[in-house]
Amino acid sequence: MISIKNLHKSFGELEVLKGIDLDVEKGQTIVVIGPSGSGKTTFLRCLNILEKPSAGTVEIGGLVADFSKPMSKKQIMAFRKQSAMVFQHYNLFPHMTALDNILEGPVTVQKKDKAQAKEKALALLDKVGLSDKADSYPHQLSGGQQQRVGIARALALEPKVMLFDEPTSALDPELVGEVLQVMKDLAQEGMTMVVVTHEMRFAKGAADEVLFMDSGRIVERGTPDEVFNRPQEERTKRFLNLIQDTDTI
Amino acid sequence: MYLNSIFSNPERLERLGDIAQSSFLPLIEAAVQFTLPLSVISFILGLFLAVVTALARISTVRVLQWIARVYVSIIRGTPLLVQLFILFYGLPTVGVTIDPFPAAVIGFSLNVGAYASEVIRAAILSIPKGQWEAADTIGMSYSQTLRRVILPQASRVSVPPLSNTFISLVKDTSLAALILVTEMFRVAQQIAATNYEFLLLYGQAALIYWIICFLLSLVQGRLENRFDRYVSR
Repeated sequence: MISIKNLHKSFGELEVLKGIDLDVEKGQTIVVIGPSGSGKTTFLRCLNILEKPSAGTVEIGGLVADFSKPMSKKQIMAFRKQSAMVFQHYNLFPHMTALDNILEGPVTVQKKDKAQAKEKALALLDKVGLSDKADSYPHQLSGGQQQRVGIARALALEPKVMLFDEPTSALDPELVGEVLQVMKDLAQEGMTMVVVTHEMRFAKGAADEVLFMDSGRIVERGTPDEVFNRPQEERTKRFLNLIQDTDTI
Repeated sequence: MYLNSIFSNPERLERLGDIAQSSFLPLIEAAVQFTLPLSVISFILGLFLAVVTALARISTVRVLQWIARVYVSIIRGTPLLVQLFILFYGLPTVGVTIDPFPAAVIGFSLNVGAYASEVIRAAILSIPKGQWEAADTIGMSYSQTLRRVILPQASRVSVPPLSNTFISLVKDTSLAALILVTEMFRVAQQIAATNYEFLLLYGQAALIYWIICFLLSLVQGRLENRFDRYVSR
């Protein structure tokens, strides 16, 4: 479903991604962990060209983007259609209701029939447990509810891959669970997902593969069991120890 | 003293009352016929120009940025009255003759366009980057993003400063008197020239300007309330 080869990204002099290779099968959930500044968010944003990679190729759902060549706007937009993004700060449109936020992609962009799109949008709201919030504006919703609308908005695009950029980092602790539950359900339904997160419980419970990134490289990868219980690399061990320390403070 | 003479002289008081009464209707007529249309048309055209200019300023195309900068700099750097005089008295000397009303509309629109473009540019820049990114990821084009996401939010932010611009414009239309538009202030001048009651006529004109601007500030309040329904307080 996803095939990434030698992905590089530099911001000026600073090289943030130093050659990432990754293959993801259809239906897999990949969780990316790592310290801040490790490049994990940049990596995710490169997958739908919110950041334009400096070099490398990414294939998603059969469409290949070769970043060593210039891309036209049209090519970028076509490539973006393969995936949908869920943001750390939700980024809902504050002047639209929850329902209209979800409809914006299918109706305004994809020009789908409004009645059908609405039916589907309501089903998606139901799926994320917010069927009674269709007419609420984002500011009337809690952070967790907003993020679930964000997930529904992304799903409405019918992407082949869902990208999650620290989807629970901005949430109050008691609201994290409801968002993770929706994501777990999605993973179980066979959605292909790449998730950048600090939620180790989610990584342990839902990931098919865990990647540990540091300084722009994938340092270690494997099943959750391998990475969390039998890490091979010194940097991974140090990172995991630090997190576990804060867990027990 | 003027005040003393009014109250010690009932005949004069009566004369002033008569003039005030008879001049009120012509002043209102001039306001409805010229002052308001001049304000509204210039504001709408100016706003359109302002959005285009603001977009040019924030575009990545150097030439567009440059054109917008020069335009704003010239308009903001020269007096409105001078601009109107150039349009109405200056251009005919090179063979371009414009009637008073269209000349005034052009002058005021260019003026509003320059000032409001800075308001709109600031409002657009105040919208968080995440909104652009969210629009990007759901596949919106640049113009869809502007139309559906950015400008609706920017217009909320712009209501107070743009109301200022509009209220200033209403009062600035009095300058059109000097290029022979028979708007309210010019009518006041014409009537005063026949009866020499300058304080009365200009006072009446001032009162009507103030009433118009007061009503506009009420409209501003309502607009702000309407936009605020999707913002938490």
